[in-house]
Amino acid sequence: MMLGQAGFPMGAVLFYGFALGAGLSAMGVALSRNIVRQAVCLLFALASVAGLYYLLGCEFLAAVQLVVYAGGTLILIVFGVMLTSSELSAKFVPRRGEVMVALGIGAVLLMGLIVGLCAAAGSGAFGDAPLALDRDYPVDRLGLAMLGDYLAPFEVVSVLLLVVMIGAAYLAKARRKGQGVQG
Amino acid sequence: MSDVVLQQYLAVGAILFVIGLIGFMTRRNLIVLFLSTEVMFQGVAINFVAFSRYYAGLDGQVFVIFLLVIAAAEASLALGLIVLLFRRRLTLDVDAWRELKG
Repeated sequence: MMLGQAGFPMGAVLFYGFALGAGLSAMGVALSRNIVRQAVCLLFALASVAGLYYLLGCEFLAAVQLVVYAGGTLILIVFGVMLTSSELSAKFVPRRGEVMVALGIGAVLLMGLIVGLCAAAGSGAFGDAPLALDRDYPVDRLGLAMLGDYLAPFEVVSVLLLVVMIGAAYLAKARRKGQGVQG
Repeated sequence: MSDVVLQQYLAVGAILFVIGLIGFMTRRNLIVLFLSTEVMFQGVAINFVAFSRYYAGLDGQVFVIFLLVIAAAEASLALGLIVLLFRRRLTLDVDAWRELKG
């Protein structure tokens, strides 16, 4: 990549910044009590992950991440929060036992992953891995891959979108009917 | 040029996944459960993209694009269902739907 000439490790500094941002925002999502704050934390986490994609040289993925997630999914989430009034949902307190179990499983899983990673790195399975950043991947190769090697999953995903659209329309219709019966 | 190697990206992915998992298991608000799954998705996607760069191929990136599409579809349906469930019981507590355990 073009960053970081003249000895200053710009790429590493940006990586640690984005990684820290992603981790802290994720913790905000998992721990905060205010659901609007959690949605904003998710926005920051998604943006940080988009920054990591950019550092990996996948500019197109970073842009798609920002547009689809931060622009589309997060708007949906905010609408969901607004449609389900938040003061009713603010009072759930996690049970102590559940927290202990979750922390235990999380700690074991994280330890396993990190130990496995360190073992694999120590045994030289990854090599010194300069991450092939010198080669860049223009968008047209991605498009050709999606219409060539990955044509079958592409078609399956388009069918999935159709199914989801029908499902969403059905849900909206059922909601209106249910309201009419209740009211 | 970069000092950052594959393991560091994998570690970030692992940490995001575990944080999302802990959030998913401890919280009881349906929307927060959904947000936690999104965080877990991000952890997995970072792994895919990092390996895609490591092996200098496109497989991981294409997979992440499909993952984005499926996450968007899932978000629309899941939030529609959550709003529907909220209208029925006027609460977002997962325990309100205990009978779904079967």
